[in-house]
Amino acid sequence: MSVTYLEAIREAQTYLLREDKRVFIYGQDIAGKFGGAFKATKGLAEQFPGRVLNTPISEDAMVGTAIGAAMEGMRPIVEMQFADFSSIALNQILNNAGTQYWRTQVPCPITVRLPSGGTKGSGPFHSQSMEGLYSHYPGLVVVTPATVEDAYTMLIDAVAIDDPVIYCEHKYLYYHLKADALPTEKLPIGKARVVRPGRDLSIVTNSAMVHEALAVAQQFSADGIEIEVVDLRSVKPLDTGTVLASVARTGRLLCVGEAFPWGGVTAEVIARVASEGFHLLDAAPARINAKDTPIPYHPNLWSEHRPNAKTIAAKARQVLAE
Amino acid sequence: MLQTAERGASTSKKAPHEKYLEAFRIMLQTRIFEEKLASLYRGGLITGGVYIGRGQEAVSVSCGIFLQKGDVFAPLIRDQAGRSAFGEPLLDVARTYLGSRLGPMRGRDGNIHRGCPKTGQLAMISHLGAMIPVVVGKLLAKRMKGEKGFIGLTTIGEGGMQTGATHEGMNIAAVEHVPLVLVATNNHYAYSTPNDRQFACADLVDRAKGYGYEGSSADGTDLTQCLDTIGAAVKRARAGRPPQLVVASTLRLAGHGEHDDASYVTDDIRREPFAQDSLQRAEQLILEQELLDREGLQQMRAEIAAEVDEAVATAQQEDAPVGSEEDWCAVSTRELVDQIP
Repeated sequence: MSVTYLEAIREAQTYLLREDKRVFIYGQDIAGKFGGAFKATKGLAEQFPGRVLNTPISEDAMVGTAIGAAMEGMRPIVEMQFADFSSIALNQILNNAGTQYWRTQVPCPITVRLPSGGTKGSGPFHSQSMEGLYSHYPGLVVVTPATVEDAYTMLIDAVAIDDPVIYCEHKYLYYHLKADALPTEKLPIGKARVVRPGRDLSIVTNSAMVHEALAVAQQFSADGIEIEVVDLRSVKPLDTGTVLASVARTGRLLCVGEAFPWGGVTAEVIARVASEGFHLLDAAPARINAKDTPIPYHPNLWSEHRPNAKTIAAKARQVLAE
Repeated sequence: MLQTAERGASTSKKAPHEKYLEAFRIMLQTRIFEEKLASLYRGGLITGGVYIGRGQEAVSVSCGIFLQKGDVFAPLIRDQAGRSAFGEPLLDVARTYLGSRLGPMRGRDGNIHRGCPKTGQLAMISHLGAMIPVVVGKLLAKRMKGEKGFIGLTTIGEGGMQTGATHEGMNIAAVEHVPLVLVATNNHYAYSTPNDRQFACADLVDRAKGYGYEGSSADGTDLTQCLDTIGAAVKRARAGRPPQLVVASTLRLAGHGEHDDASYVTDDIRREPFAQDSLQRAEQLILEQELLDREGLQQMRAEIAAEVDEAVATAQQEDAPVGSEEDWCAVSTRELVDQIP
């Protein structure tokens, strides 16, 4: 038996619906036989009548409704059809969900699933990585599972958390990642993971870029250079301790992110390492992100727009040469 | 339309609504309290804005007065009367405006953004229409949990009716068939903008049909009509009818906030029937129908003034929040607080 990243998300939701009566799923095209644009809820509406609900094309109202239900004691999961469309719901997520506990002391335990990141041919409006944007605002927890195991356990944990959680699932990983079975152990949200140990350079990254970084690390290993790869897993809170410990081992830092370059996760990691771990660095910290343009449609352009193994390797050589 | 009352009709002649005097007292309390708040603002004793509901008390009180325990109320900027009718203590208001650390928002939010979700009164955000789906979610959850007999009521203005959030929220309420009453007060100015730059339909209540709502209208200056119309809408929602849209017509008899002299309100508009003061009209009816005599009214006024003074004096003696003692944490899960160096 094997489980894909997408199946892990479906299995986590099955588990949640079965184990927790407060859970319901709210989104576009998720019910009926159709089961969602990516089939993340396929079969769930039949299995759990009345708890997997199709909504109108109203991202703002979907999240607003989830907020009200969460304040009333439910545990709604909102499925955005694509992360990009969550921009319509920004107001509810940032200004209503994100401020609710601070203002009223009433928790707002919603989980918003964002099918994120680029795939070939998806273009400017079906490819975005929005974890940096959501992390900028107070009151939200933001996670970016990069493995089948994390996709499963972090979704279950997200729903259990009393705060709003933005769960960024990467569409490229849906079918490309497979595990032998669902996990029996987990690392909690808020902890980063060293996915490959090394001594010469730390690549700190998240989501699908973890796999690009691993490919680069393997390639360098053949030449005797050992790259340590840190998967942040959770962007907010950010596990600065694990990052600093890695930089302490390697003395060099390269941050890789699929999101746009201005601000964001890579900038935050570098800012923290520079202010907390300047003495650990043997070279200037570097970062590589997507280009500062909308995400292109054509595969030839798209593959150059996002960081890839080739551009990450080139940047890694620069940092190592310093 | 279920009922369309004539605009600007003279004070209703029929026997007053059973809640008329109760509603009137809350309207009067609101007026006296808000005048006090405005005067504190002018005296520099309130930080931030003061937003009052002068002229809208009849509509607002009717929004709160029919609600019961278990109902959801999401008031907006001009709903002091509705909030009081729903049971919000004056002291909560005074504490919020005067910045007491003991208020419901503890200094973290001010003025009209206060609320107490545990009692069913949601704390509005400033983005108009955003509270509509939140009420829908509360109602949906209550239904999922097997509760019965509840409704939700929220308010909006003719300006707020034009946002995308209001459209999405109104629609999703009808799709979910939740017992929602949306009361839209057309007070003819959204801040400074008159209706001809807000919407181009003949009457906002006509939108009810388009959303699958039942619509009704009221003269917002006539307390009897407001109580009858909103009371009936609440009753229909409780009976499982589709969502209800009530559109009430008034004029805002104050600035957008106390910082605003409302000089943009034209003389012509001020002569319209909807520019009448609902509180004066109600007082006139009370005297005409001898529900109270002048002495009784005077006594009511004196009692209210004492309540208002007490709330303000109490809040004024209380400590303000202190930045160095604040718990600067926006998530409830302690171990998930981001430790920013």
